[in-house]
Amino acid sequence: MTRPLQEDADRSGPALTIRNLRISLDGAPGPRPLLAGVNLAVDRGQIHGLAGESGSGKTLTALAVLGLLPPTMHAAGSIVLSGSASGEDDVELLGATTATLSRIRGQRVAMVFQDPSTSLHPQLTVGRQLTDHVRHHLGLDKRGARARATGLLDRVRVPDPESALRKYPHQFSGGQRQRIAIAVALACDPDVLLADEPTTALDVTVQAGVLQLLRELVDDLGLSVLLVTHDLGVMSAVADVVTVMRDGHVIESAPRAQLFSTPGNDYTRSLLAALPGSSFEEDPADLAAELVAEQEPALTQAVPSDADHVTASTIPAGADRPGSRQEPLTDV
Amino acid sequence: MSDATAATAAGPSGRDGAAVHTVDQESHVLQVADMVVDYRGHPPVRAVDGVSVTIGAGEVVALVGESGCGKSSLARAVIGIERRTSGTVRLGVADVPTTGLRRRLPAMTAIQMVFQDPNSSLNPRRRVGDQVRDGVRAAVARGDAPSDPADWLQRVGLDPAATQRYPHEFSGGQKQRIAIARALAARPKMLVADEPISALDASTQTSVAALMRSLVVDAGAGMLFISHDLSVVRRIADRTLVMYRGRIVESGHTETIWRDPRHPYTRSLLAAIPLPDGAGRLPAAPLESDRATWTQTDPTALDRAPADTRSHT
Repeated sequence: MTRPLQEDADRSGPALTIRNLRISLDGAPGPRPLLAGVNLAVDRGQIHGLAGESGSGKTLTALAVLGLLPPTMHAAGSIVLSGSASGEDDVELLGATTATLSRIRGQRVAMVFQDPSTSLHPQLTVGRQLTDHVRHHLGLDKRGARARATGLLDRVRVPDPESALRKYPHQFSGGQRQRIAIAVALACDPDVLLADEPTTALDVTVQAGVLQLLRELVDDLGLSVLLVTHDLGVMSAVADVVTVMRDGHVIESAPRAQLFSTPGNDYTRSLLAALPGSSFEEDPADLAAELVAEQEPALTQAVPSDADHVTASTIPAGADRPGSRQEPLTDV
Repeated sequence: MSDATAATAAGPSGRDGAAVHTVDQESHVLQVADMVVDYRGHPPVRAVDGVSVTIGAGEVVALVGESGCGKSSLARAVIGIERRTSGTVRLGVADVPTTGLRRRLPAMTAIQMVFQDPNSSLNPRRRVGDQVRDGVRAAVARGDAPSDPADWLQRVGLDPAATQRYPHEFSGGQKQRIAIARALAARPKMLVADEPISALDASTQTSVAALMRSLVVDAGAGMLFISHDLSVVRRIADRTLVMYRGRIVESGHTETIWRDPRHPYTRSLLAAIPLPDGAGRLPAAPLESDRATWTQTDPTALDRAPADTRSHT
């Protein structure tokens, strides 16, 4: 291996700082922007969770970091990638030139997507997908790149890395494919990893393995991760800090333990109330009754959130609710 | 409220494998016996390998397992879309024929389905009210009294005025509730729901699942609820079947299975669920050696009884 996977960067301060990020659709006379001033900082060596329902703007935030927004969207504000110990400078990513962005993408900021069967190229071998950008970004020769690729596959625990390099994505299971996608993302030794619902498409037993890998990579390599997921169970397992978004706003941002034990916002509380095993767990019958009581009208504008049940009721039930009985469901 | 809805008081986990929990033989609405589903190919795949299930009136039975375990094949074979290699399905006293994609016999509309993705199960070019009316028409064809589509929409928490609108005007969760309203409007005796909540936001999954339960139980129907999400299933199902590689490896009273899983596969599944308790605990990932034990059969893991005596409300 020509270069260690990660120089031990200085471990304090943010690796990525997003300030007052606003995104709107060009020319849309719409009443509200897609993102309305998002602030967050991903600290070095931490997993920063970005939670929210579909349409809350969490994926847009991640895409904006890499300049991957569709051309019809306009972003304003600031996204600063901090320099690392190896002497790179701080870079403002918003409005950066294509040349700057292509130097950053993969090499300093990489991304893992939800579905590895679409993010990996079906017609190229895993070896090719793991070495092309390594040779481009790091200037390695064929043999060096191949050695690095073998090391990476070993790192993400794909069995038999040598022969895996010669295979195609469809020859692997979903979990292995996602591990390969993570290896591709890590290939050029980025400081920041953006992971957009990386385990949502996986079975729960496979998800557990990928989450362990993610935590391990962060702890061993000092990687900084922005983890986008709607799954608060996943957040609880791996995130160090959790930011909750809704309708383009940041609702709340807090260290994990604090967010789950004493959420500072009714919306966060209502998200937790819907989850089995959280300390705010509500009886499903009550949740169903609330859903019906809302009598939601059809959408008049494109607001994809249909869970406006902000409830302040707190049920101080233990995580396991021992001795409790399931209440009969009420008539509707 | 039917007695069957009252779940058991959850006492300390019991060790009562001897007691067999069966549904009252007179009240069962669906009886699946020794179902086998094969897919041709090289090599051929046995997706469902001898599964028997009985579901009673007012009973919610969950079928859980990972992708590829055969749970959707089972559901499709139950409703007759998929060809069965062997085995029988009975709705009440009538055999459920395999119809594939052909129109079903009017009597068979007493089984209704809710599919995973309402975007593909609802017709985008027809008004919501007309689509719910399809369900009403199926009920009328079986001799039931006519009902108003607006009432059904109201029951799932939608504005009755929604009848005049088109599916795209609704969010994902609302669309799924329209699909549920349509299925219930046919006054089914049996509802088969294949991953009905997995396309929804986490915050609405539990509410929609609970709503389905309450409506089905109120109607005195039975429900086969297929899901990969054990934590939601735990909260709405009376009984749970855990499926692995085409076979039921563990079955019985939901709370018993949850508190005291017996089969190694069920244990791995439960251990892998990340709990939203904020403790930062990584869920346990199964080892290769664990996987080897998943195919083993354990008769004591089947038909598990409630840990305590059943209590009624």
